[in-house]
Amino acid sequence: MKSEGWKPWALLAPSISAIFFLLVIPICFIVVYSFWLRAPSGADIPAFQFGNYAKFFEDFFYPKILIRTIRISFETVLLCMVLGYIPAYFFYRSESRYKQAFLLLIMLPFWVSFIIRTMSWINIMGDSGLINHFLIKIGLIQTPISMLYNEFTVLMGLIMYLLPFMVLNIYVSLEGIDKSLLEAARCMGCTEWQAFREVTLPLSLPGLSAGCLLVFVLTAGTYLPPMILGGPGNDMIANLIFKRVIGTLDWPFGSAISVILLSLLFVIVWTYNRYLGINQIFKGMQGK
Amino acid sequence: MKNFSLGWTLIKLYTILVYVFLFAPIVVVIVLAFNPKQFGIFPMEGISFRWFIKLAQNEAIIDAFQNSLILGSLTAVLSTTIGILAALAFIRFEFPGKNTLNTLLLSPIMIPEVVLGVALLLFLRWLQQPKSFALLLIGHVVLTLPYVLLIVQARLVGIKKEYEEAAKSLGANAFQTFKEVTFPLLLPAILAGALFSFTISFDDITATLFWATAQNQTVPVKIFSMLRNSISPEINALGAVMIVLTVATPLLAGYLSRKFSKEKI
Repeated sequence: MKSEGWKPWALLAPSISAIFFLLVIPICFIVVYSFWLRAPSGADIPAFQFGNYAKFFEDFFYPKILIRTIRISFETVLLCMVLGYIPAYFFYRSESRYKQAFLLLIMLPFWVSFIIRTMSWINIMGDSGLINHFLIKIGLIQTPISMLYNEFTVLMGLIMYLLPFMVLNIYVSLEGIDKSLLEAARCMGCTEWQAFREVTLPLSLPGLSAGCLLVFVLTAGTYLPPMILGGPGNDMIANLIFKRVIGTLDWPFGSAISVILLSLLFVIVWTYNRYLGINQIFKGMQGK
Repeated sequence: MKNFSLGWTLIKLYTILVYVFLFAPIVVVIVLAFNPKQFGIFPMEGISFRWFIKLAQNEAIIDAFQNSLILGSLTAVLSTTIGILAALAFIRFEFPGKNTLNTLLLSPIMIPEVVLGVALLLFLRWLQQPKSFALLLIGHVVLTLPYVLLIVQARLVGIKKEYEEAAKSLGANAFQTFKEVTFPLLLPAILAGALFSFTISFDDITATLFWATAQNQTVPVKIFSMLRNSISPEINALGAVMIVLTVATPLLAGYLSRKFSKEKI
């Protein structure tokens, strides 16, 4: 195809300028601000110093939150994998005529507000929530067990939010597998399980790993589940950013933490892209 | 065949359990919205609409709803328009740096919303502008643009270039070709993109919490501030209204478009 000069650029001008002015430049500002000083009066003073970063790593308080963020993100990825693979496989193999409806249903949570889905765990796991009510009713316990505000409930909230992303990514990958490969494997004497292990599983790995990356990145950058379902000890790095920026208006330090979070994610995405290629992610998102 | 095997039954069961897990919080919100009790959540004591009535009388919530609806609609219009133009460039033209630019435009998906929230707010602060409705709008356009782009691009790839070329060879200019050929074929993707960006904007909380003010609240921000006290039946009622609104709209749109397209044939 021949190049048609200015035309594509005219079409791209609005979107590129939007992303440039509203994303690229603002992120550069974060980087610049992270070197600034904060006066005791609360004013920001332009400077070039590493004090904000030094403050982050000066004792164990902040690094612990960073490590917790990474750990919780890995836990979420693992749980989403375990919980998400089998339903995706079910959609792939199902010959039910309700298959489309099932698929539509798994996408439905995308359309329901994140905050409502998160806070509703209080309805379920709170002192007068569904589970306690049920346990008291059947006489297993007399007084409600308190289940909320710990890492377990934070994980529940995170999985609730991210599981559909994982299922869809795996499903898109499974759907792309030629079913005759499976038949060939079966003809050659594989059992159902062997055919799965030798053919389906390896071929679904691109979707699985894309789902993992997406879940990791989204988990590491969220603050809502820890804020609503977590206790004081369950803060993640995004909570820290929120508290510094909205709470104490400490812009330089908040910026430095944002840069640390961005760098962490950049390293992960870069490594992933280097070995696995990033495009699968966007393929999975189109399923939505 | 396999449908009767034990393994398949277990897979089915497992899937159902995952569904229960995903849908329990949503169902519970809707059920509890009808709970007449003031305190405590369970057990339910009958069914009542009192919290919905109370919502309808709460001016702050009506305001937030109006804001959210206007914001969502404007976001949908803006980001769909920009997105269609960009998708046309990427699918219909060859130019240097195409892949890099495509990745750049899709990058907001991979950047944590919390960073996006801080970044845009910081930029605004540097420009010495106060938080405003415009900030919410441009922020939401950045958040939704990648999704529109993905949806429209995927559809545009499937529309053969020959149709457009045929129109052009019959004497249509570029704009006529777009209006008469590309646009109608692209319409389902455009509607899907617009709906999707409306819903993202309507539901977003993570970045919006950075950008909203007391005057420019959206419904999720309102819910967030109500949660500060404790979870009340009123929040559940508000949640139920939002769920019905954001879930019913795409389902209705899907149904209508199917009906519409059947009638045309």
